[in-house]
Amino acid sequence: MSKEQKYWKFHGGVHPEFHKKESTTRPIATLKLPKRLIIPIQQHIGAIPELLVKKGDYVFKGQMIAQMHKDQLGSTLHAPSSGTIASIEKHSIPHPSTLEDLCIELILDGQDDWGDCQLEAIKDFEQCDNTKLLERIENAGLVGLGGAAFPSFVKVNSSVKQGIETLVINAAECEPYITCDDLLMRERADEIIDGIRILIKLLNPKQCLIGIEDNKPEAIAAIQQASKSFDKIQVCAIPTLYPSGGEKQLIKILTGKEVAVGGIALDLGILCHNVATCCAMYKAIVKGEPLISRIVTITGDGVKQPKNIEALIGTPVSDLVAQAGGYTSKAQRLIMGGPMMGITLSNDNTPMVKASNCFLVASTASLQQAHSIHASQAQMPCIRCGKCMQACPAKLLPQQLYWHTQAKDFERVAEHKLNSCIECGCCDFVCPSHIPLVSYFRFAKSEIRAQEKLLEKSNLSRKRHEFLEFRKAREKQERDEKRRKHKEALQKKKAAMAAKKAANGGTSANDPKADAIKAALARVKAKKIAREAQVKSGH
Amino acid sequence: MEFETDSSPFTGSTSNIASIMRQVLYALIPGIAVMFFFYGWGVLINIILAIVIALSFEVISLWLRKRPIKPFLSDYSAVVTACLFALTIPPLAPWWILMVGLFFAIVIAKHLYGGLGYNPFNPAMIGFAVLIVSFPLQMTQWIQPHFMDGYLPSLLESLHIVFNGFEVFYNLDQWDAMTMATPLDDVKIELKAGHYFSEIMQTRPYGLVSGKAWEWISLSYLIGGLWLLYKGIINWRIPVSLLFALAMTATIFGWIEPDTHPSSLFHLFSGATMLGAFFIATDPVSASTTPRGQLFYGASIGFFIYVIRTWGNYPDAVAFSVLIMNMSVPMIDYFTQPRVFGAKSEKKS
Amino acid sequence: MTNIIEISTAVFVIVGLAAFFGLVLGYASVRFKVKGDPITDKIDALLPQTQCGQCSFAGCRPYAEAIAKGEIGINQCPPGGEATILALADLLDIEPEPLNEELAKDANIPTVAVIIEEDCIGCTLCIQACPVDAIVGSAKHMHTVIESECTGCELCLPPCPVDCIIMQPIKETPATWKYPEPSDAVRALEGIKVVVETKERAKS
Repeated sequence: MSKEQKYWKFHGGVHPEFHKKESTTRPIATLKLPKRLIIPIQQHIGAIPELLVKKGDYVFKGQMIAQMHKDQLGSTLHAPSSGTIASIEKHSIPHPSTLEDLCIELILDGQDDWGDCQLEAIKDFEQCDNTKLLERIENAGLVGLGGAAFPSFVKVNSSVKQGIETLVINAAECEPYITCDDLLMRERADEIIDGIRILIKLLNPKQCLIGIEDNKPEAIAAIQQASKSFDKIQVCAIPTLYPSGGEKQLIKILTGKEVAVGGIALDLGILCHNVATCCAMYKAIVKGEPLISRIVTITGDGVKQPKNIEALIGTPVSDLVAQAGGYTSKAQRLIMGGPMMGITLSNDNTPMVKASNCFLVASTASLQQAHSIHASQAQMPCIRCGKCMQACPAKLLPQQLYWHTQAKDFERVAEHKLNSCIECGCCDFVCPSHIPLVSYFRFAKSEIRAQEKLLEKSNLSRKRHEFLEFRKAREKQERDEKRRKHKEALQKKKAAMAAKKAANGGTSANDPKADAIKAALARVKAKKIAREAQVKSGH
Repeated sequence: MEFETDSSPFTGSTSNIASIMRQVLYALIPGIAVMFFFYGWGVLINIILAIVIALSFEVISLWLRKRPIKPFLSDYSAVVTACLFALTIPPLAPWWILMVGLFFAIVIAKHLYGGLGYNPFNPAMIGFAVLIVSFPLQMTQWIQPHFMDGYLPSLLESLHIVFNGFEVFYNLDQWDAMTMATPLDDVKIELKAGHYFSEIMQTRPYGLVSGKAWEWISLSYLIGGLWLLYKGIINWRIPVSLLFALAMTATIFGWIEPDTHPSSLFHLFSGATMLGAFFIATDPVSASTTPRGQLFYGASIGFFIYVIRTWGNYPDAVAFSVLIMNMSVPMIDYFTQPRVFGAKSEKKS
Repeated sequence: MTNIIEISTAVFVIVGLAAFFGLVLGYASVRFKVKGDPITDKIDALLPQTQCGQCSFAGCRPYAEAIAKGEIGINQCPPGGEATILALADLLDIEPEPLNEELAKDANIPTVAVIIEEDCIGCTLCIQACPVDAIVGSAKHMHTVIESECTGCELCLPPCPVDCIIMQPIKETPATWKYPEPSDAVRALEGIKVVVETKERAKS
């Protein structure tokens, strides 16, 4: 298994200060039950799931509280502990917009009672039917725990259908400060390997490559030890370089293949899963626990005891920080994720979600590099030095993208393949003019998306309007047609009558009416003559 | 607890424009030192005077454009422009030469186009080009390097010459005797007169390849340039492709007609080739930024240097070649966009 | 004599050329004849299709036709705003002009019509007014607006006899939220208004 593996290089990348040591000195702690949980309903990429509970309901631990419609991209949600639903209202969520979204507020009763909601433990997964395993992955609410929160079932299911050659396990953890995967591998290597074995059983790939950056020797050793007896699993200690943990970058490093622009890894016969997701898969299948907790790193110089904590989904950040010894005086920024790609939170009663791998509480000074002048240095104009281009792992031309974004020439921006930007922050990191390039690219991306949506809507409106016009025209035409037909019918009748009249001529022998009139006239005439005759004879 | 929000990344590197520009200035030190050794105080007077004038123009332009002065003045970009410009001007040139040149460099070429980062042309080369077109005489009178007759004006004399003109000390004939054309210019004249290149190299005090002073000056620029490469301030593509293209063109023509075409070594180590390759063509603002574009850009400059030196009217050609290619940069960049990660496989499918 | 030959040669050449190019042009005009009026389609594609009639035309298509004929300026479309004007200017290669002030609404926030359902008497007048069939309902039954189809044109407001239709701004959710444009420190530093500069660039 420690056979010499060839690694490829991806373009660019940077070496930020990694700050991993702070949080790796302590073992994974388990959080004592908080008083309440705030569970955002949408914690994954995809559609909003349908709620199964209402205000005032009592839920057991592991009870399904929201469900996806079939055929929709998304994932189910389970109650992380037992208690009563206090409200279903808008609450702050970890999102760059700092907008609020619908959340379930769950007041815990402290019993942590499973009721009968624990799923059946499938200890002997090697013998289990694939459909049953897949069903479990779907029902356990598994999503990618690396940060993107893509529903795992969708990924695995399409891979099962299509078949894959290589299973890539992403354990690179290249972002500074974050150590949750590192600690997980050190302490629970066997569970991870079992999770990987489930995937291997489902997919039967030719090989399974676990990519770990070589700044985590303990984790590498632990995983190597645990995977010793499995031939297919190969541990790859890759060079430390940010962002080697990006899915496309890791695939390139391990296999030399590039995922196409706009394509996915599956096109290359590769499935990539995060190491923590594998562990969650093990729990869901072997232990029958849906995804209700995860390991999260609490670190930075803003907390007293940086450490990794296994916490329930929905735990407010303030509880996590309390577990890590509370804030120090240096707590100036609260970041979910790392310093390169994380998002800042405005408030510490924001809950942790399935995608939360790290909460970084830090002073602005400590975030910068040791000798950095980043903050004190004003932003200067771009001098086109090309450092961003050299650092870009997607091989883009950030300086050109920036130029066109500034001019709001989004067509050009799209032409320069902005879509391939993974927002890793490398360009920003190296820029000597300290231009917030990634912010520009995010702005451009959301503008382009909004424009597309508008265009879609205007196309729809045009279609509907045109159809309306068409319908009105058709109705009018139909009305006219009807009127015309009516008229025609009338005329026809008249014409027919006239024709009849003409055919009968003056004789009107067959016409009873005419005869009657004639008869009446004759009668009147006869009467008149008779009367005249009477008058004459009376004289 | 409430926190301020911000957008990632929250961490950044240590470099900034000022530090880049400072490194470029450090890299110029060997070249300046060697030039000082050969040409005396005139070199330093040129540089100091140019810096003072350039910064004054910078301040005035920023003030007129209602831009903050401090951040743009402390980025050293005007100092770099001033130094590069000063090094291309003959030592002991009259002060107004610098004034005119830098006016075009800083005010016209840089600030009228939008200041730092927005100038399509290399400012120092604009200044130089304007001068060589307008004042060819003053721009080609280089005093003889000291080994030629062992005499260089003292500091005070130099200052007098710069500000009051050479007439204070010398009459025209004496001044003519003191100055000479650069080897590049001289060889051109001699070749036109019908002499062979090999003959010229032997009969004139030209040292090993391109004139005793110039080969050392070029070598020191090369050293400074290599240091910049080592520091990662500049990229190898432009200097390497420029020197390679120039050398190849010279070799090909030298091979066809060796008698009338100077060798490639002569081209590489004379005039402003090295300065141009490492310090001028690599000016990021006006150069191409795509990898393939940089190769094309550098190679084209090298080619044009040869063409203009050989068949043009001016002795040196770095300024014109750089300016010609500056013009083509937007087009080069457009047509040489690199393959985006995963883009090739997209075409396949 | 040579004069006459020269002159007649020249005349022949010119006439020949004229005939040749005439034929080429004539052929081209037949061969490459464009059916329909693509410019109207192109203009129409850039209009927001709210069909609101604020431009004084009965819908977007008639306005597009009027622009194509050069009868009216490109600045008559309030829902499209500056973006549409810039896009039209770009398409037609003319100077962008500011939006017609008489038409400009107070704020260009996208809105949708909402029927206050308890007040609705089911008169179907709004249904007939809607240009995109976004209102459903039948006589003497309550009507409702399909939010995703509504263009916010406000054409249903005047016909309603009981004024039970109101316009509501579309609420921003995390899903529809847009990243703001970074406040450009340099520009703030340089004291340039962003809008002015983009306009200048758009013009150039």
